[in-house]
Amino acid sequence: MFVRLVYESFRRQKRRKLLAGIAITLGVTVATAMIAVATDIGDKINRELRTIGANLLVTPQDDTLDVEIGGVNLKPPSDGAFLDEADLPKIEGTFWHNNITGFAPMLPVNATLQRGGQKQDVTLLGTYFAKRFKFGKEDFTTGVRTTHPWWKVSGDWPDDDSRDILVGERLALRVSAKPGDTITLSGRQLHVSGILLTGGAEDDMVVAPLSLAQEIIEKPGAVRRVYVSALTKPEDALARRDPRSLSGAIYDRWYCSPYPQSIAHQLQEAIPHSHAEQIRQVSQNEGAVLTRIEGLIYLVTLAALLASALAVSASMATAVFERRAQVGLMKALGAGKLAVASVFFAEAALLALLGGMVGFVAGSSLAQQIGRSIFNSEVAIAPVLLPVILGIAVFVSFAGSAAAIRRAVNLDPVFALRGEL
Amino acid sequence: MLVRMLVRAAVLRRGRAASALLAMVVAAAVATAMLNLYVDVQVKLRREFRSYGANLIIVGKDGSSLPADSLSRAESALGRRGIAAPFGMVVARTNDGQPVVVAGTDFARVQQLDRWWSVSAWPAEPQQALVGVRALAVLTPSKGPFELTLQGRTIHLTPEGTVQTGAAEDSRVYLSLSDFVAWTGVQPSTIEVQANGSPEDVDAIMRHLAQAIPAAEVRPVRQIVEGEARVLNKMRATLLAASMLIILTAGLCVLSTLMGWVFDRRRDFAIMKALGGSERILNGFFAAEAAALGAIGALAGFVLGVGIAAWIGRVNFHASVEPRFGVLPWVLAGSIGVTLAAAIVPISVLRCVQPAVILRGE
Repeated sequence: MFVRLVYESFRRQKRRKLLAGIAITLGVTVATAMIAVATDIGDKINRELRTIGANLLVTPQDDTLDVEIGGVNLKPPSDGAFLDEADLPKIEGTFWHNNITGFAPMLPVNATLQRGGQKQDVTLLGTYFAKRFKFGKEDFTTGVRTTHPWWKVSGDWPDDDSRDILVGERLALRVSAKPGDTITLSGRQLHVSGILLTGGAEDDMVVAPLSLAQEIIEKPGAVRRVYVSALTKPEDALARRDPRSLSGAIYDRWYCSPYPQSIAHQLQEAIPHSHAEQIRQVSQNEGAVLTRIEGLIYLVTLAALLASALAVSASMATAVFERRAQVGLMKALGAGKLAVASVFFAEAALLALLGGMVGFVAGSSLAQQIGRSIFNSEVAIAPVLLPVILGIAVFVSFAGSAAAIRRAVNLDPVFALRGEL
Repeated sequence: MLVRMLVRAAVLRRGRAASALLAMVVAAAVATAMLNLYVDVQVKLRREFRSYGANLIIVGKDGSSLPADSLSRAESALGRRGIAAPFGMVVARTNDGQPVVVAGTDFARVQQLDRWWSVSAWPAEPQQALVGVRALAVLTPSKGPFELTLQGRTIHLTPEGTVQTGAAEDSRVYLSLSDFVAWTGVQPSTIEVQANGSPEDVDAIMRHLAQAIPAAEVRPVRQIVEGEARVLNKMRATLLAASMLIILTAGLCVLSTLMGWVFDRRRDFAIMKALGGSERILNGFFAAEAAALGAIGALAGFVLGVGIAAWIGRVNFHASVEPRFGVLPWVLAGSIGVTLAAAIVPISVLRCVQPAVILRGE
């Protein structure tokens, strides 16, 4: 009987049920889309912030001081310590390798540029552009094109295995070099594949594949420093503590959180004789910006949930209110308050579940749409969101119709049937 | 008569009228808060990005040093639109002949400009130095006074504090500009500028600075400028999408509540019609009612929404979000539009029905 009541109610009141169902579907769509975007926005913005540059720097442990003014290296090339290029792929073997979006080794060396009978001292910066690597079973590509995305090249990027070079914009202007030229650098004839524009010190340099810089100072495998770009978590009180002072369980928590400090710690473990540190300008401010943006989106999501809860409960209340006559009839035939209320609640639950399912699918695709059109990447939707969303939908429909149902079951059937009220 | 009908209609059916008004207020509040935030978020986030430090750099053309009055000229060109900090640099030698980069700067300005520097204590007296953590280990591991030599001239310094940034600053020694100029005779070669405002403002400041110091070249720090623009644009787009979704949902909620309410009053409609009310009066009555509801709801919602936006501003950005009164006409027009739309549909349905049918309850 109960099942039949609910079934017939859906069959005969298709239009009204459809309206309430649409309200629930819309509410759930908006809620799902906003929750999905909110849970993923940190990661998305984090990736956008990587355009500001690497946030970790790995240097040799017992290096001498950097002697660099305005990007001009004044340190004797053989002075100080070096990292070993062969150790670099180990970066991909660290615990947080999925969070490391890229790294770029740097080796600045002094070179002599000969052009039109003139001799000029320049800094040649050896690095990876987009070097392909194999670590274990994984293939990955890394270099300045990932870690320094604001570097622009007119012409072509050199190949990492070639002996082609890039000439910084201001240097190119001084020596009137253009893409396709050949210049003489420390006695080597080199092909200029492009002109580099960075807005920084590199505009006065020659940038070349790492192997060429190593060849010039005759130190195969030498790397002066490595810039590492990693997705990190804004630092908190735990992050700032000295790992040596932490005990077992807290140390594990510190080690397994993607703080800039703990990723630096792991890089140091992975690369022998190295010292890794966060670049405070990037990592500190990144934390502040991320915290603000995440907070804002959470509050906005809250507003979205509120609006959709309101829409759902308003339409549920209207739906119940319109059926006073039916309630009167049921009560006149001897139904108790509980029986009447349970019919309405069953209908509400059914509507919420159906609308919730459709809304979840629609909301997921809406979130994908937002992700693709704004961030050019997919928004990850956790399957665990489905039961949560359905639970919220059922709860909101119950809460929204509760007041109307209470009033309906308390009606005097006589008045309700006469249509007076 | 019309006013009395409107007032009595609201008073007699308090429950339904209140719930319709509540839906309207909440929808208008949410819409106001979202629009306010959408307008304000750029300004707020831009301020966060300013803590990345300089977004413009002034250097002498072709590597020459800057004229002596560059800083004051840059500051007068900037006005209150930013901060400028001068830097001069030389390579000095320690007592055992190691090269070290020594920089002269204005500590008070650097403290404002480079807020990410982790500094143990800022020097205040002459002959005090701020020493990078790596430089400290080489120069004076005991943290006692040390000497630096440049072209035969020696300066005695006490390490007042240490600076740690994770970048080139860690290998340097910082002096106050007056000590630096007196010792080296070298004028600052770089001025780092943090210019506030939108990209257009920053461009204008860049042009002003270039005019004020003709001997210098003004360059943007591209990584900061571009990164900021990217993040802000994406954030704005996300917020726009969210605002549209939320406003749409809130609008639909109002629409369904109001339609129910008007539909519910078909008896009033029928009685008025039976008593000889013309179609125009009836339409006018329901339209006036809807518009009044929309206007009252929008005004109350605007106040509430501005409050919500201010609260979000305080909680999330630790700064107030100013009420944007430019948003009010939009919220008002939107609310009245939604309420009118909600009244039109049921009325056009009821118009075709004979009053007798409605009054008989069929």
